[in-house]
Amino acid sequence: MCLAIPVQVKEVLPDNMAKVTLDGVSKIVSTALIDDLRPGDYLLLHVGYALAKIDPQEAERTLALIREAAAMGDAA
Amino acid sequence: MKYIDEYRDGRLAKDIARQIAALADPARSYHFMEFCGGHTHAISRYGLEDLLPANVRMIHGPGCPVCVLPIGRIDAAIALAMRPEITLCTYGDLMRVPGSNGSSLLKAKAAGADIRMVYSTLDALRIAEAELEREVVFFAIGFETTTPPTALALKAAIAKGLGNFSIFCNHVLTPPAIQNILESPDVRKLGTIKIDGFVGPAHVSTVIGTEPYEFFAGEFQKPVVVAGFEPLDVIQAILMLVRQVNDGRHEVENQYIRGVTALGNEKAQAEVANFFELRESFEWRGLGEVPYGALRLRPKYVAYDAEKRFSMVTPAAKDNPACECGAILRGVKRPADCKLFGTVCTLDTPMGSCMVSSEGACAAHWTYGRFREKARQVDGGRAVA
Repeated sequence: MCLAIPVQVKEVLPDNMAKVTLDGVSKIVSTALIDDLRPGDYLLLHVGYALAKIDPQEAERTLALIREAAAMGDAA
Repeated sequence: MKYIDEYRDGRLAKDIARQIAALADPARSYHFMEFCGGHTHAISRYGLEDLLPANVRMIHGPGCPVCVLPIGRIDAAIALAMRPEITLCTYGDLMRVPGSNGSSLLKAKAAGADIRMVYSTLDALRIAEAELEREVVFFAIGFETTTPPTALALKAAIAKGLGNFSIFCNHVLTPPAIQNILESPDVRKLGTIKIDGFVGPAHVSTVIGTEPYEFFAGEFQKPVVVAGFEPLDVIQAILMLVRQVNDGRHEVENQYIRGVTALGNEKAQAEVANFFELRESFEWRGLGEVPYGALRLRPKYVAYDAEKRFSMVTPAAKDNPACECGAILRGVKRPADCKLFGTVCTLDTPMGSCMVSSEGACAAHWTYGRFREKARQVDGGRAVA
């Protein structure tokens, strides 16, 4: 119910709307809750509204931490 | 798919599970509650429980808004939808939720009620704009994630002067429910739930931030890790919780730094605050009356409040007495402990709400877990590490 999915902005449209894609599927969604939107940005989409931007650097940092933890587990 | 597949690497998950097993003190047990149904679904779907050592257990909490909606609210919505002037719009999850006496919105629709399944409040608005002669009511449900879209729909309806659009508000709040789990008299009386920490829902926190959970960490001395919904997110959160318990810490940590900040989406919070206020009390299925556990429209928007506008009544309605949804939602019982599970209550014929929503504990266990549990028993309870 409250799950959101990551989508990429293809086109910023008027009236706080944007065209986004997920794996080739396009959709027009509301971006009224997001500031400074640019094509290429990744958003978390929930029931037709973008709730947050995905920060690419923080996403990479999370993956690095996961790999680090996994490497320690591997040694365990 | 970017930001999905890379968090589903099974090999990494197994390595992290080994790290959890190495860190978990064999002399103690760890019980973590994942509050959100999205986590319950991920844990079942990806078999995360099988990766964990036997002394690290996940308790499935009440965090599915469909599952915690009391039966009387479904009855009230069905009664409203049966009125000839009403078009009731709602998210798909609600259609099959059982009301009293085997009723549901789906059956009411089959009986002629004008009930439309929508993907978004934007769709409900479009219907209201296109059919001005109809009274379009949006059956609003969901946690903090789903509330801003309802607020924005109201804002748009007002801006467009749509006098035929209103909201049946059933929005609920995460922090009061967690507090209720920890301190309600019922739960204390049952006395069987040991909770050493919480996995907090990331998508809720994209809106409210991690800050609202600081209170629990401090007041109840329980660690909270706000985590994403992919399997690596969840298992990393479990590792973070084990570390906190071992260190004797009880802090709020953020695993989902790619989308969640301490303060959340303040624009969304402002929109919600414009239109909604706290209800002093709201009944949650399984938890009973939760103080300040839900929202209602502010009095100045009474014209858009379907409950007032159509004098809706919420009848007192009892769940099927054999249904254990209540105890399952509190984490006191597991799906397989319910007599109805897998006999009369299945995905095709759900008796209780936990079987209806794909995020319900029973639906997740039915879909992904029931054979696994048998295998585990045969295996003598040994965890696969």
